[in-house]
Amino acid sequence: MDPRLNIIDKRLENIKRLIAVGGGKGGIGKSLTASALALTLSKLGYKVGLLDLDFCSPSAHIILGVKGIYPKEEKGIIPPEIYGIRFMSIIYYAEDNPSPLRGIDISNAIIELLAITQWGELDFLIVDMPPGIGDSILDTIRLMKRVEFLIITTQSKVVLETVKKVLKILRELKVPIIGVIENMRLAKSSFVKEELKEFNVPFLSAIDFDKSLEDSLGDINKLSKTDFVRHIEKLVDKIK
Amino acid sequence: MHEWALAEAVVSTAIKVSKKEKFKKITKIKIKIGELQQIDIDTFEFLLKEIIGNHTLIDKAELKIEKEEGVLKCNVCAHKWNFKEVIEKLSEEYSEAIHFIPEVAHIYTRCPKCGSPDFKIVEGRGVLIETIEGIR
Ligand SMILES: Nc1ncnc2c1ncn2[C@@H]1O[C@H](COP(=O)(O)OP(=O)(O)OP(=O)(O)O)[C@@H](O)[C@H]1O
Ligand SMILES: [Mg+2]
Ligand SMILES: [Zn+2]
Repeated sequence: MDPRLNIIDKRLENIKRLIAVGGGKGGIGKSLTASALALTLSKLGYKVGLLDLDFCSPSAHIILGVKGIYPKEEKGIIPPEIYGIRFMSIIYYAEDNPSPLRGIDISNAIIELLAITQWGELDFLIVDMPPGIGDSILDTIRLMKRVEFLIITTQSKVVLETVKKVLKILRELKVPIIGVIENMRLAKSSFVKEELKEFNVPFLSAIDFDKSLEDSLGDINKLSKTDFVRHIEKLVDKIK
Repeated sequence: MHEWALAEAVVSTAIKVSKKEKFKKITKIKIKIGELQQIDIDTFEFLLKEIIGNHTLIDKAELKIEKEEGVLKCNVCAHKWNFKEVIEKLSEEYSEAIHFIPEVAHIYTRCPKCGSPDFKIVEGRGVLIETIEGIR
């Protein structure tokens, strides 16, 4: 018997809302949205945690410029706080080495992290999801029972096709969907809205492609001034 | 001491099971601790005793804690080895990382025969409950 599975509910019990930022496809802005959302909510005075569940290519620490912090050990591990965000990631243990993990190992590592992390009281735990409809999404649904999904897409047909699959499986499993954000918009068009009509999920906003973004990654002051973060600040009322 | 979180998980599980089994008292718990997690058995027993002291259902339970050897098997060349062989060569920093998240063994260790990171943790990963005994 794996005792860890029985303690996860308790570890998450003082978190009011769990929001996973997903979309299935890679490189569409999930990590950026998760980081910006955590930052925005924290600025508004909420108690916020950010969990980077992407063990193969963790990114939230790069976006937020997290360096030189490490969890404290106290009846488990206590995530260190940065910009008011309690931040948990595999990077504390993997550093910047490649993590060649198979599904079973990813699953085990997720269970371990959830079983030993003492988040304390939080208004929001934002979860940065890796791409794919595999272990991570299934474990998120299985282990974080109250999780809601915020879905990121782009205008690309290739991305939309995967996003639809994610929406379908979340629907089938009765997982709440907060809404969809269209990211990296290059031209105004109602294509995404039309394509997702059948799912009847709130379309929250469209964020333009932001050329200044890349230059701001890792620098919280620059990042806070980008159109991207400003946009998240405007739409946060629809989420919180 | 991060082991406390795992000890609490053991006690919560035992209590949950005993409620299902309608035990009045838990008399014995058998626990295995996998070598990869590198948890000191005395420390774990100490933590468990502290936690069970708060629950009358389990406070008198006998604790039997055993070490389980870490057995790894390569997915590429099928070689089998013991975690002991590789842990000795690891820096303290890396073995501590494995202590927290045993899966990072795939980052810091390799198959001793072919050098692959693609191996299975066959046995001895972490904390497992073998049996829970009680009286109805
Ligand atoms: N609106 C945007 N404008 C310009 N660049 C963007 C925008 N959104 C995201 N990016 C950039 O695209 C890249 C991928 O973003 P991000 O890492 O957030 O995607 P992801 O969906 O988390 O990727 P992965 O699937 O690999 O986890 C980053 O370099 C990010 O800065
Ligand atoms: Mg990402
Ligand atoms: Zn091998």
